[in-house]
Amino acid sequence: MTPSPLTAPASTALPNSAQAPDLTPQVGENGTPAASAAEPVFTIRGLSVYYGGNIALKEVSLDIMPREITAIIGPSGCGKSTFIRCLNRMNDLIPGATVTGDVFYHGQNIYASEVDPVAVRRRIGMVFQRPNPFPKSVYDNIAFGPRINGFKRDLDELVENSLRAAALWDEVKDKLKKSALNLSGGQQQRLCIARAIAVEPDVILMDEPASALDPIATVRIEDLMQELKKQYSIIIVTHNMQQAARVSERTAFLYTEVDEETSSRWGILVEHGETGLIFTRPKDKRTEDYVSGRFG
Amino acid sequence: MMGHVPSTGESAAAKVSDINSARPAGRRLWTNRLASAAMVGAVLLAVIPVGLILYYITVKGMAAMSWEFLSEPTPFSFRRAEGGFLNGLIGTGIMVGLATLVSVPLGILAAIYLQEFGRGLLANLIRFFSDVMTGVPSVFVGLFVYTAFVLPFGFGAVMGAAALAIIMLPIVVRTTEEMLKLVPLELQHGSFALGASKFQTIIRVVLPSALPGITTGVLLAVARAAGETAPLILTALGSLKVTTTLVGEPISALPLLIFDGARNPFAAGQERAWAGALELLALVLIFTLLARIVASRSKISS
Repeated sequence: MTPSPLTAPASTALPNSAQAPDLTPQVGENGTPAASAAEPVFTIRGLSVYYGGNIALKEVSLDIMPREITAIIGPSGCGKSTFIRCLNRMNDLIPGATVTGDVFYHGQNIYASEVDPVAVRRRIGMVFQRPNPFPKSVYDNIAFGPRINGFKRDLDELVENSLRAAALWDEVKDKLKKSALNLSGGQQQRLCIARAIAVEPDVILMDEPASALDPIATVRIEDLMQELKKQYSIIIVTHNMQQAARVSERTAFLYTEVDEETSSRWGILVEHGETGLIFTRPKDKRTEDYVSGRFG
Repeated sequence: MMGHVPSTGESAAAKVSDINSARPAGRRLWTNRLASAAMVGAVLLAVIPVGLILYYITVKGMAAMSWEFLSEPTPFSFRRAEGGFLNGLIGTGIMVGLATLVSVPLGILAAIYLQEFGRGLLANLIRFFSDVMTGVPSVFVGLFVYTAFVLPFGFGAVMGAAALAIIMLPIVVRTTEEMLKLVPLELQHGSFALGASKFQTIIRVVLPSALPGITTGVLLAVARAAGETAPLILTALGSLKVTTTLVGEPISALPLLIFDGARNPFAAGQERAWAGALELLALVLIFTLLARIVASRSKISS
Protein backbone atom coordinates (compact mmCIF):
# COMPACT_ATOMS: atom_id res chain seq x y z
CA MET A 1 0.00 0.00 0.00
CA THR A 2 1.19 3.49 -0.76
CA PRO A 3 2.03 5.67 2.24
CA SER A 4 -1.31 6.50 3.78
CA PRO A 5 -2.08 10.20 3.76
CA LEU A 6 -4.28 9.71 6.80
CA THR A 7 -1.21 8.91 8.85
CA ALA A 8 1.65 10.73 7.13
CA PRO A 9 1.65 14.51 7.07
CA ALA A 10 1.26 15.97 3.66
CA SER A 11 4.53 17.02 2.14
CA THR A 12 3.25 19.40 -0.39
CA ALA A 13 5.89 21.15 -2.38
CA LEU A 14 4.86 24.48 -3.69
CA PRO A 15 5.81 25.05 -7.29
CA ASN A 16 8.44 27.68 -7.78
CA SER A 17 7.31 29.34 -10.94
CA ALA A 18 4.23 31.43 -11.21
CA GLN A 19 2.85 29.98 -14.39
CA ALA A 20 -0.77 30.84 -14.07
CA PRO A 21 -1.70 34.47 -14.49
CA ASP A 22 -2.67 35.55 -11.06
CA LEU A 23 -5.45 37.99 -10.52
CA THR A 24 -6.04 37.61 -6.83
CA PRO A 25 -4.47 40.52 -4.98
CA GLN A 26 -3.62 38.39 -1.91
CA VAL A 27 -1.55 36.01 -3.92
CA GLY A 28 0.18 38.80 -5.73
CA GLU A 29 1.05 40.54 -2.47
CA ASN A 30 2.83 37.78 -0.65
CA GLY A 31 4.36 36.44 -3.79
CA THR A 32 3.13 32.90 -3.32
CA PRO A 33 2.22 31.51 -6.68
CA ALA A 34 -0.99 29.65 -7.15
CA ALA A 35 -0.22 26.04 -6.46
CA SER A 36 -1.63 24.79 -9.70
CA ALA A 37 1.02 22.15 -10.25
CA ALA A 38 0.83 20.78 -6.71
CA GLU A 39 -1.05 17.65 -5.84
CA PRO A 40 -4.55 18.52 -4.69
CA VAL A 41 -5.43 17.90 -1.04
CA PHE A 42 -8.92 16.87 -2.00
CA THR A 43 -10.05 15.41 -5.26
CA ILE A 44 -13.83 15.36 -5.19
CA ARG A 45 -15.69 13.43 -7.88
CA GLY A 46 -19.43 13.14 -8.34
CA LEU A 47 -20.25 13.96 -4.74
CA SER A 48 -23.96 13.89 -3.93
CA VAL A 49 -25.67 14.14 -0.56
CA TYR A 50 -29.17 12.98 0.31
CA TYR A 51 -31.13 13.76 3.45
CA GLY A 52 -33.66 11.03 4.02
CA GLY A 53 -33.96 10.33 0.29
CA ASN A 54 -34.17 13.99 -0.78
CA ILE A 55 -31.18 15.16 -2.75
CA ALA A 56 -29.42 18.14 -1.19
CA LEU A 57 -26.23 18.35 -3.21
CA LYS A 58 -25.79 16.97 -6.72
CA GLU A 59 -22.71 15.71 -8.49
CA VAL A 60 -20.03 18.06 -7.24
CA SER A 61 -16.54 17.54 -8.68
CA LEU A 62 -13.77 19.81 -7.49
CA ASP A 63 -10.06 19.83 -6.62
CA ILE A 64 -8.86 21.59 -3.47
CA MET A 65 -5.26 22.81 -3.52
CA PRO A 66 -2.91 22.70 -0.54
CA ARG A 67 -1.62 25.67 1.45
CA GLU A 68 -4.18 28.08 0.17
CA ILE A 69 -7.65 29.26 1.01
CA THR A 70 -10.57 27.96 -0.98
CA ALA A 71 -13.84 29.81 -0.53
CA ILE A 72 -17.21 28.18 -1.07
CA ILE A 73 -19.82 30.83 -1.88
CA GLY A 74 -23.45 30.72 -2.86
CA PRO A 75 -26.91 31.74 -1.74
CA SER A 76 -28.53 30.37 1.42
CA GLY A 77 -29.67 26.78 1.19
CA CYS A 78 -27.43 25.88 -1.76
CA GLY A 79 -25.61 23.18 0.18
CA LYS A 80 -22.37 24.98 1.11
CA SER A 81 -22.39 23.64 4.66
CA THR A 82 -23.52 20.23 3.46
CA PHE A 83 -20.59 20.18 1.05
CA ILE A 84 -17.91 21.17 3.55
CA ARG A 85 -19.25 18.64 6.07
CA CYS A 86 -18.60 15.89 3.55
CA LEU A 87 -14.87 16.63 3.67
CA ASN A 88 -14.40 15.40 7.24
CA ARG A 89 -17.39 13.07 7.32
CA MET A 90 -19.37 15.23 9.72
CA ASN A 91 -22.45 14.33 7.70
CA ASP A 92 -22.11 10.85 9.18
CA LEU A 93 -23.45 12.35 12.40
CA ILE A 94 -26.69 13.56 10.82
CA PRO A 95 -29.35 10.86 10.93
CA GLY A 96 -30.67 10.05 7.49
CA ALA A 97 -27.82 11.66 5.58
CA THR A 98 -26.21 9.59 2.83
CA VAL A 99 -23.21 10.54 0.72
CA THR A 100 -22.43 9.10 -2.70
CA GLY A 101 -19.46 9.77 -4.93
CA ASP A 102 -15.80 9.96 -4.00
CA VAL A 103 -13.74 12.28 -1.86
CA PHE A 104 -10.05 11.52 -2.26
CA TYR A 105 -7.83 13.01 0.42
CA HIS A 106 -4.24 12.84 -0.88
CA GLY A 107 -5.41 10.05 -3.10
CA GLN A 108 -7.23 8.03 -0.46
CA ASN A 109 -10.99 7.78 -0.58
CA ILE A 110 -12.24 8.90 2.84
CA TYR A 111 -15.57 7.17 2.17
CA ALA A 112 -13.90 3.80 1.61
CA SER A 113 -15.25 1.19 3.97
CA GLU A 114 -11.92 0.65 5.76
CA VAL A 115 -11.48 4.33 6.62
CA ASP A 116 -12.37 5.32 10.17
CA PRO A 117 -14.19 8.68 10.23
CA VAL A 118 -12.50 9.44 13.55
CA ALA A 119 -9.09 9.19 11.83
CA VAL A 120 -10.34 11.47 9.06
CA ARG A 121 -11.40 14.13 11.54
CA ARG A 122 -8.02 14.03 13.28
CA ARG A 123 -6.38 15.10 10.02
CA ILE A 124 -9.12 17.48 8.91
CA GLY A 125 -10.19 19.95 11.58
CA MET A 126 -13.30 22.07 11.58
CA VAL A 127 -14.44 25.44 12.89
CA PHE A 128 -18.16 26.02 13.12
CA GLN A 129 -20.47 28.92 12.39
CA ARG A 130 -21.23 29.61 16.03
CA PRO A 131 -18.29 29.47 18.43
CA ASN A 132 -18.71 26.27 20.42
CA PRO A 133 -16.09 26.19 23.19
CA PHE A 134 -16.59 23.40 25.70
CA PRO A 135 -17.80 24.52 29.15
CA LYS A 136 -14.28 23.99 30.44
CA SER A 137 -11.30 26.25 31.08
CA VAL A 138 -9.43 27.89 28.21
CA TYR A 139 -6.53 25.50 28.81
CA ASP A 140 -8.71 22.39 28.86
CA ASN A 141 -10.44 23.46 25.67
CA ILE A 142 -7.12 23.52 23.81
CA ALA A 143 -5.84 20.40 25.58
CA PHE A 144 -8.99 18.41 24.76
CA GLY A 145 -7.93 17.26 21.30
CA PRO A 146 -4.31 16.40 22.19
CA ARG A 147 -5.46 14.53 25.29
CA ILE A 148 -7.96 12.32 23.50
CA ASN A 149 -5.34 11.65 20.86
CA GLY A 150 -2.84 10.46 23.46
CA PHE A 151 -0.48 13.42 23.27
CA LYS A 152 2.53 12.64 25.45
CA ARG A 153 4.84 15.64 25.12
CA ASP A 154 4.71 19.02 26.85
CA LEU A 155 1.04 19.95 26.92
CA ASP A 156 1.67 23.44 28.34
CA GLU A 157 3.91 24.26 25.41
CA LEU A 158 1.39 22.93 22.90
CA VAL A 159 -1.41 24.98 24.45
CA GLU A 160 0.72 28.12 24.33
CA ASN A 161 1.79 27.51 20.73
CA SER A 162 -1.76 26.82 19.61
CA LEU A 163 -3.06 29.96 21.29
CA ARG A 164 -0.21 31.99 19.77
CA ALA A 165 -0.96 30.57 16.34
CA ALA A 166 -4.57 31.66 16.77
CA ALA A 167 -3.45 35.15 17.88
CA LEU A 168 -5.15 34.70 21.22
CA TRP A 169 -2.27 34.06 23.62
CA ASP A 170 -1.76 37.64 24.79
CA GLU A 171 -5.44 38.03 25.58
CA VAL A 172 -5.90 34.84 27.57
CA LYS A 173 -2.48 33.99 29.01
CA ASP A 174 -3.57 35.21 32.45
CA LYS A 175 -6.89 33.38 32.44
CA LEU A 176 -6.01 29.95 31.15
CA LYS A 177 -7.80 28.33 34.08
CA LYS A 178 -10.93 30.44 33.70
CA SER A 179 -14.01 29.30 31.84
CA ALA A 180 -13.80 29.68 28.08
CA LEU A 181 -17.43 30.80 28.13
CA ASN A 182 -16.36 34.12 29.62
CA LEU A 183 -14.46 35.11 26.49
CA SER A 184 -16.06 37.38 23.90
CA GLY A 185 -17.58 35.86 20.78
CA GLY A 186 -14.55 36.70 18.65
CA GLN A 187 -12.17 35.33 21.26
CA GLN A 188 -14.25 32.17 21.53
CA GLN A 189 -14.04 31.65 17.78
CA ARG A 190 -10.25 32.10 17.82
CA LEU A 191 -10.19 29.68 20.73
CA CYS A 192 -12.04 27.18 18.56
CA ILE A 193 -9.47 27.74 15.82
CA ALA A 194 -6.66 27.23 18.35
CA ARG A 195 -8.42 24.08 19.53
CA ALA A 196 -8.52 22.79 15.96
CA ILE A 197 -4.83 23.64 15.41
CA ALA A 198 -3.80 21.86 18.61
CA VAL A 199 -4.42 18.43 17.09
CA GLU A 200 -2.03 19.42 14.28
CA PRO A 201 -4.37 18.82 11.38
CA ASP A 202 -3.53 19.12 7.71
CA VAL A 203 -6.72 20.86 6.61
CA ILE A 204 -8.99 23.29 8.47
CA LEU A 205 -12.60 23.51 7.37
CA MET A 206 -14.39 26.71 8.35
CA ASP A 207 -18.16 26.88 8.12
CA GLU A 208 -19.01 30.59 8.06
CA PRO A 209 -16.54 31.21 10.88
CA ALA A 210 -17.18 34.94 11.08
CA SER A 211 -20.89 35.18 10.41
CA ALA A 212 -21.73 35.45 14.12
CA LEU A 213 -18.99 38.03 14.77
CA ASP A 214 -18.76 41.79 14.57
CA PRO A 215 -16.62 43.44 11.83
CA ILE A 216 -13.55 43.92 14.06
CA ALA A 217 -13.55 40.30 15.19
CA THR A 218 -14.14 39.30 11.56
CA VAL A 219 -11.02 41.15 10.42
CA ARG A 220 -8.98 39.41 13.09
CA ILE A 221 -10.21 36.02 11.93
CA GLU A 222 -9.41 36.91 8.32
CA ASP A 223 -5.89 38.08 9.25
CA LEU A 224 -5.44 34.87 11.18
CA MET A 225 -6.45 32.83 8.14
CA GLN A 226 -3.72 34.51 6.09
CA GLU A 227 -1.20 33.36 8.70
CA LEU A 228 -2.64 29.87 8.95
CA LYS A 229 -2.60 29.17 5.23
CA LYS A 230 1.19 29.02 5.35
CA GLN A 231 0.83 25.76 7.23
CA TYR A 232 -2.66 24.52 6.55
CA SER A 233 -5.02 24.11 3.66
CA ILE A 234 -8.14 26.07 4.48
CA ILE A 235 -11.61 25.71 3.05
CA ILE A 236 -14.06 28.39 4.11
CA VAL A 237 -17.79 28.54 3.55
CA THR A 238 -19.05 32.09 3.46
CA HIS A 239 -22.12 33.92 2.27
CA ASN A 240 -20.10 37.10 2.37
CA MET A 241 -18.71 37.66 -1.11
CA GLN A 242 -16.39 40.45 -0.01
CA GLN A 243 -14.89 38.08 2.50
CA ALA A 244 -14.36 35.43 -0.16
CA ALA A 245 -12.73 38.01 -2.43
CA ARG A 246 -10.51 39.29 0.39
CA VAL A 247 -9.20 36.05 1.78
CA SER A 248 -9.28 33.28 -0.79
CA GLU A 249 -7.06 32.14 -3.64
CA ARG A 250 -9.76 30.03 -5.20
CA THR A 251 -13.52 30.22 -5.11
CA ALA A 252 -16.21 27.69 -5.86
CA PHE A 253 -19.72 28.94 -6.54
CA LEU A 254 -22.63 26.72 -5.55
CA TYR A 255 -26.15 27.46 -6.60
CA THR A 256 -29.62 26.07 -5.97
CA GLU A 257 -31.39 24.25 -8.77
CA VAL A 258 -35.14 23.87 -8.52
CA ASP A 259 -37.26 21.17 -10.13
CA GLU A 260 -40.36 23.11 -11.20
CA GLU A 261 -42.60 20.04 -11.12
CA THR A 262 -41.74 18.62 -7.73
CA SER A 263 -40.43 21.91 -6.32
CA SER A 264 -37.53 19.98 -4.81
CA ARG A 265 -34.26 21.91 -4.54
CA TRP A 266 -30.67 20.87 -4.53
CA GLY A 267 -27.25 22.49 -4.74
CA ILE A 268 -24.91 22.21 -7.69
CA LEU A 269 -21.42 23.47 -8.33
CA VAL A 270 -21.76 26.11 -11.03
CA GLU A 271 -18.11 26.98 -11.47
CA HIS A 272 -14.86 27.23 -9.63
CA GLY A 273 -11.51 28.79 -10.26
CA GLU A 274 -9.17 31.48 -9.13
CA THR A 275 -10.97 33.99 -6.98
CA GLY A 276 -10.00 36.93 -9.17
CA LEU A 277 -11.45 35.28 -12.24
CA ILE A 278 -14.64 34.24 -10.49
CA PHE A 279 -15.28 37.78 -9.38
CA THR A 280 -14.14 39.64 -12.49
CA ARG A 281 -14.64 37.31 -15.42
CA PRO A 282 -17.03 34.54 -14.43
CA LYS A 283 -17.84 32.07 -17.18
CA ASP A 284 -21.37 31.39 -16.06
CA LYS A 285 -24.23 33.88 -16.16
CA ARG A 286 -25.49 32.72 -12.73
CA THR A 287 -22.09 33.36 -11.18
CA GLU A 288 -21.97 36.78 -12.73
CA ASP A 289 -25.44 37.62 -11.44
CA TYR A 290 -24.57 36.40 -7.97
CA VAL A 291 -21.18 38.09 -7.57
CA SER A 292 -22.53 41.33 -8.98
CA GLY A 293 -25.25 41.27 -6.34
CA ARG A 294 -28.15 40.86 -8.72
CA PHE A 295 -29.66 38.16 -6.51
CA GLY A 296 -28.88 35.98 -3.56
CA MET B 1 -61.49 42.23 17.60
CA MET B 2 -60.72 43.06 13.99
CA GLY B 3 -63.47 40.82 12.77
CA HIS B 4 -66.09 42.90 14.47
CA VAL B 5 -65.14 46.14 12.79
CA PRO B 6 -67.93 47.02 10.31
CA SER B 7 -67.12 48.10 6.80
CA THR B 8 -68.51 51.61 6.82
CA GLY B 9 -66.53 54.41 8.41
CA GLU B 10 -69.46 55.85 10.28
CA SER B 11 -70.44 52.73 12.17
CA ALA B 12 -66.76 51.94 12.71
CA ALA B 13 -66.42 55.18 14.63
CA ALA B 14 -69.56 54.33 16.56
CA LYS B 15 -68.13 50.89 17.32
CA VAL B 16 -64.96 52.45 18.76
CA SER B 17 -66.96 54.60 21.14
CA ASP B 18 -69.06 51.51 21.95
CA ILE B 19 -65.94 49.62 22.90
CA ASN B 20 -64.76 52.47 25.06
CA SER B 21 -68.08 52.75 26.85
CA ALA B 22 -68.50 48.99 27.19
CA ARG B 23 -65.18 48.71 28.93
CA PRO B 24 -64.99 50.91 31.96
CA ALA B 25 -61.53 52.18 32.65
CA GLY B 26 -61.21 50.43 35.99
CA ARG B 27 -62.25 47.00 34.84
CA ARG B 28 -58.99 45.80 33.30
CA LEU B 29 -57.06 47.10 36.23
CA TRP B 30 -59.43 45.27 38.57
CA THR B 31 -59.16 42.02 36.60
CA ASN B 32 -55.40 42.31 36.63
CA ARG B 33 -55.33 42.84 40.37
CA LEU B 34 -57.67 39.92 40.92
CA ALA B 35 -55.48 37.63 38.79
CA SER B 36 -52.32 38.76 40.60
CA ALA B 37 -54.00 38.22 43.97
CA ALA B 38 -55.15 34.76 42.89
CA MET B 39 -51.61 33.84 41.88
CA VAL B 40 -50.05 35.12 45.09
CA GLY B 41 -52.78 33.29 47.00
CA ALA B 42 -52.03 30.06 45.16
CA VAL B 43 -48.34 30.37 45.98
CA LEU B 44 -49.14 30.98 49.64
CA LEU B 45 -51.53 28.03 49.72
CA ALA B 46 -48.82 25.83 48.25
CA VAL B 47 -46.17 27.10 50.67
CA ILE B 48 -48.30 26.93 53.85
CA PRO B 49 -48.27 23.11 54.17
CA VAL B 50 -44.50 23.02 53.55
CA GLY B 51 -43.97 25.71 56.17
CA LEU B 52 -46.20 23.97 58.69
CA ILE B 53 -44.47 20.62 58.13
CA LEU B 54 -41.06 22.17 58.64
CA TYR B 55 -42.30 24.11 61.67
CA TYR B 56 -43.92 21.16 63.47
CA ILE B 57 -41.13 18.72 62.70
CA THR B 58 -38.52 21.19 63.96
CA VAL B 59 -40.39 22.22 67.12
CA LYS B 60 -41.64 18.79 68.10
CA GLY B 61 -38.50 17.04 66.93
CA MET B 62 -36.11 19.36 68.76
CA ALA B 63 -38.04 18.73 72.01
CA ALA B 64 -37.20 15.03 71.85
CA MET B 65 -33.81 15.30 70.15
CA SER B 66 -30.76 14.40 72.21
CA TRP B 67 -27.38 12.74 71.87
CA GLU B 68 -28.94 9.64 73.38
CA PHE B 69 -31.56 9.63 70.65
CA LEU B 70 -28.87 9.70 67.95
CA SER B 71 -26.59 7.11 69.56
CA GLU B 72 -28.93 4.49 71.13
CA PRO B 73 -31.18 1.89 69.51
CA THR B 74 -34.93 1.74 70.10
CA PRO B 75 -36.07 0.26 73.43
CA PHE B 76 -38.36 -2.77 73.54
CA SER B 77 -41.28 -0.85 74.94
CA PHE B 78 -42.87 2.27 73.46
CA ARG B 79 -43.60 3.40 77.01
CA ARG B 80 -39.96 3.84 77.95
CA ALA B 81 -38.62 7.31 77.37
CA GLU B 82 -35.01 6.32 76.75
CA GLY B 83 -33.21 5.12 73.64
CA GLY B 84 -33.32 6.42 70.09
CA PHE B 85 -33.25 5.49 66.42
CA LEU B 86 -29.64 4.40 65.86
CA ASN B 87 -30.88 1.09 64.43
CA GLY B 88 -33.00 3.00 61.91
CA LEU B 89 -30.24 5.46 61.03
CA ILE B 90 -27.83 2.64 60.23
CA GLY B 91 -30.49 0.67 58.35
CA THR B 92 -31.46 3.68 56.24
CA GLY B 93 -27.80 4.43 55.58
CA ILE B 94 -27.07 0.89 54.41
CA MET B 95 -30.19 0.44 52.31
CA VAL B 96 -30.28 3.88 50.67
CA GLY B 97 -26.52 3.63 50.10
CA LEU B 98 -26.77 0.23 48.44
CA ALA B 99 -29.77 1.31 46.38
CA THR B 100 -27.89 4.43 45.22
CA LEU B 101 -24.79 2.41 44.31
CA VAL B 102 -26.91 0.19 42.08
CA SER B 103 -29.47 2.58 40.62
CA VAL B 104 -27.32 5.64 39.84
CA PRO B 105 -24.73 3.99 37.55
CA LEU B 106 -27.41 1.82 35.94
CA GLY B 107 -29.76 4.76 35.53
CA ILE B 108 -27.11 7.03 34.01
CA LEU B 109 -25.98 4.31 31.61
CA ALA B 110 -29.58 3.67 30.59
CA ALA B 111 -30.13 7.39 30.03
CA ILE B 112 -26.97 7.62 27.89
CA TYR B 113 -28.24 4.69 25.84
CA LEU B 114 -31.64 6.31 25.37
CA GLN B 115 -30.23 9.69 24.42
CA GLU B 116 -27.19 8.75 22.34
CA PHE B 117 -28.00 5.39 20.81
CA GLY B 118 -31.65 4.69 21.51
CA ARG B 119 -33.70 4.53 18.33
CA GLY B 120 -36.70 2.41 17.61
CA LEU B 121 -38.72 -0.09 19.56
CA LEU B 122 -36.34 -1.02 22.38
CA ALA B 123 -35.65 2.58 23.35
CA ASN B 124 -39.33 3.47 23.26
CA LEU B 125 -40.14 0.44 25.41
CA ILE B 126 -37.52 1.48 27.97
CA ARG B 127 -38.87 5.02 28.00
CA PHE B 128 -42.45 3.81 28.34
CA PHE B 129 -41.67 1.47 31.21
CA SER B 130 -39.56 4.10 32.95
CA ASP B 131 -42.55 6.41 32.88
CA VAL B 132 -44.86 3.68 34.13
CA MET B 133 -42.40 2.74 36.87
CA THR B 134 -42.26 6.33 38.10
CA GLY B 135 -45.98 6.15 38.75
CA VAL B 136 -46.13 2.68 40.27
CA PRO B 137 -47.22 2.82 43.95
CA SER B 138 -44.19 1.90 46.00
CA VAL B 139 -46.08 -0.78 47.93
CA PHE B 140 -46.32 -2.77 44.68
CA VAL B 141 -42.56 -2.65 44.39
CA GLY B 142 -42.38 -3.95 47.96
CA LEU B 143 -44.80 -6.76 47.13
CA PHE B 144 -42.76 -7.71 44.08
CA VAL B 145 -39.49 -7.88 46.03
CA TYR B 146 -41.30 -9.75 48.81
CA THR B 147 -42.53 -12.43 46.39
CA ALA B 148 -39.35 -12.65 44.35
CA PHE B 149 -36.63 -12.37 47.02
CA VAL B 150 -37.97 -12.26 50.57
CA LEU B 151 -39.93 -15.52 50.33
CA PRO B 152 -36.88 -17.55 49.23
CA PHE B 153 -34.15 -15.66 51.14
CA GLY B 154 -35.84 -13.94 54.08
CA PHE B 155 -36.03 -10.31 55.17
CA GLY B 156 -32.88 -8.22 55.03
CA ALA B 157 -31.05 -5.06 54.05
CA VAL B 158 -30.38 -6.27 50.50
CA MET B 159 -34.09 -6.90 49.95
CA GLY B 160 -34.93 -3.40 51.18
CA ALA B 161 -32.18 -1.92 49.02
CA ALA B 162 -33.52 -3.81 45.99
CA ALA B 163 -36.96 -2.30 46.49
CA LEU B 164 -35.50 1.20 46.92
CA ALA B 165 -33.28 0.75 43.84
CA ILE B 166 -36.31 -0.19 41.74
CA ILE B 167 -38.04 2.98 42.93
CA MET B 168 -34.97 5.17 42.28
CA LEU B 169 -34.02 3.79 38.87
CA PRO B 170 -36.75 5.37 36.70
CA ILE B 171 -36.28 8.74 38.40
CA VAL B 172 -32.55 8.69 37.65
CA VAL B 173 -33.13 7.52 34.07
CA ARG B 174 -35.70 10.13 33.16
CA THR B 175 -34.05 13.14 34.83
CA THR B 176 -30.64 12.21 33.41
CA GLU B 177 -32.08 11.77 29.93
CA GLU B 178 -33.73 15.19 30.12
CA MET B 179 -30.42 16.74 31.21
CA LEU B 180 -28.46 15.02 28.41
CA LYS B 181 -30.99 16.36 25.91
CA LEU B 182 -30.10 19.89 27.00
CA VAL B 183 -26.42 19.52 26.07
CA PRO B 184 -26.09 21.43 22.78
CA LEU B 185 -25.41 19.35 19.68
CA GLU B 186 -22.77 21.92 18.69
CA LEU B 187 -20.62 20.85 21.63
CA GLN B 188 -20.76 17.23 20.54
CA HIS B 189 -19.93 18.19 16.97
CA GLY B 190 -17.00 20.26 18.23
CA SER B 191 -15.71 17.20 20.00
CA PHE B 192 -16.22 14.91 17.00
CA ALA B 193 -14.48 17.42 14.74
CA LEU B 194 -11.37 17.11 16.92
CA GLY B 195 -11.24 13.40 16.25
CA ALA B 196 -12.99 12.27 19.40
CA SER B 197 -14.83 8.97 19.33
CA LYS B 198 -18.42 8.70 20.48
CA PHE B 199 -17.29 7.24 23.81
CA GLN B 200 -14.77 10.05 24.40
CA THR B 201 -17.39 12.65 23.47
CA ILE B 202 -19.92 11.25 25.93
CA ILE B 203 -17.44 10.83 28.79
CA ARG B 204 -15.52 14.07 28.34
CA VAL B 205 -18.06 16.51 26.93
CA VAL B 206 -21.66 15.39 27.33
CA LEU B 207 -21.60 14.03 30.88
CA PRO B 208 -19.56 16.89 32.42
CA SER B 209 -21.85 19.44 30.77
CA ALA B 210 -24.93 17.72 32.18
CA LEU B 211 -23.43 17.00 35.60
CA PRO B 212 -25.28 19.65 37.67
CA GLY B 213 -28.63 18.50 36.31
CA ILE B 214 -27.80 14.83 36.80
CA THR B 215 -26.85 15.59 40.40
CA THR B 216 -30.28 17.13 40.95
CA GLY B 217 -31.97 14.04 39.55
CA VAL B 218 -29.91 11.72 41.75
CA LEU B 219 -30.76 13.83 44.80
CA LEU B 220 -34.46 13.63 44.03
CA ALA B 221 -34.18 9.87 43.81
CA VAL B 222 -32.18 9.59 47.06
CA ALA B 223 -34.63 11.80 48.94
CA ARG B 224 -37.52 9.73 47.65
CA ALA B 225 -35.84 6.47 48.67
CA ALA B 226 -34.89 7.77 52.12
CA GLY B 227 -38.53 8.50 52.86
CA GLU B 228 -40.07 5.27 51.52
CA THR B 229 -41.90 3.24 54.17
CA ALA B 230 -44.31 0.78 52.56
CA PRO B 231 -41.83 -1.25 50.50
CA LEU B 232 -39.50 -1.54 53.51
CA ILE B 233 -42.23 -3.05 55.69
CA LEU B 234 -42.42 -5.86 53.16
CA THR B 235 -38.68 -6.27 52.59
CA ALA B 236 -36.63 -5.05 55.57
CA LEU B 237 -39.40 -5.67 58.10
CA GLY B 238 -37.83 -3.56 60.85
CA SER B 239 -35.80 -4.42 63.90
CA LEU B 240 -35.01 -3.01 67.33
CA LYS B 241 -31.44 -4.21 67.07
CA VAL B 242 -28.51 -2.35 65.56
CA THR B 243 -27.35 -4.60 62.74
CA THR B 244 -25.19 -4.40 59.66
CA THR B 245 -26.03 -7.87 58.39
CA LEU B 246 -27.00 -7.62 54.72
CA VAL B 247 -28.99 -10.80 54.14
CA GLY B 248 -31.09 -13.03 56.37
CA GLU B 249 -31.76 -10.68 59.24
CA PRO B 250 -34.49 -8.01 59.43
CA ILE B 251 -33.16 -4.47 59.57
CA SER B 252 -34.78 -1.19 60.52
CA ALA B 253 -35.01 2.16 58.77
CA LEU B 254 -35.92 5.66 59.95
CA PRO B 255 -39.30 5.77 58.17
CA LEU B 256 -40.22 2.39 59.66
CA LEU B 257 -39.44 3.59 63.19
CA ILE B 258 -41.29 6.86 62.62
CA PHE B 259 -44.29 4.85 61.40
CA ASP B 260 -44.17 2.52 64.43
CA GLY B 261 -43.64 5.31 66.93
CA ALA B 262 -46.34 7.57 65.54
CA ARG B 263 -49.12 4.97 65.53
CA ASN B 264 -48.62 3.75 69.12
CA PRO B 265 -50.59 5.33 72.00
CA PHE B 266 -47.63 6.14 74.28
CA ALA B 267 -46.12 9.62 74.52
CA ALA B 268 -42.52 8.45 74.70
CA GLY B 269 -42.81 6.52 71.42
CA GLN B 270 -44.54 9.43 69.70
CA GLU B 271 -41.83 11.84 70.79
CA ARG B 272 -39.19 9.56 69.36
CA ALA B 273 -41.13 9.55 66.08
CA TRP B 274 -40.99 13.36 65.94
CA ALA B 275 -37.27 13.33 66.60
CA GLY B 276 -36.89 10.62 63.94
CA ALA B 277 -38.74 12.77 61.42
CA LEU B 278 -36.39 15.66 62.17
CA GLU B 279 -33.40 13.35 61.83
CA LEU B 280 -34.58 12.12 58.41
CA LEU B 281 -35.28 15.65 57.23
CA ALA B 282 -31.83 16.81 58.36
CA LEU B 283 -30.19 13.82 56.66
CA VAL B 284 -31.80 14.59 53.30
CA LEU B 285 -30.94 18.27 53.69
CA ILE B 286 -27.30 17.60 54.56
CA PHE B 287 -26.98 15.14 51.70
CA THR B 288 -28.49 17.64 49.27
CA LEU B 289 -26.11 20.40 50.39
CA LEU B 290 -23.07 18.12 50.15
CA ALA B 291 -23.97 16.98 46.67
CA ARG B 292 -24.53 20.55 45.54
CA ILE B 293 -21.15 21.59 46.90
CA VAL B 294 -19.42 18.68 45.18
CA ALA B 295 -21.19 19.46 41.90
CA SER B 296 -20.25 23.14 42.06
CA ARG B 297 -16.63 22.26 42.91
CA SER B 298 -16.36 20.28 39.72
CA LYS B 299 -17.38 23.33 37.73
CA ILE B 300 -14.65 25.75 36.78
CA SER B 301 -14.41 29.25 38.14
CA SER B 302 -15.94 31.91 35.99
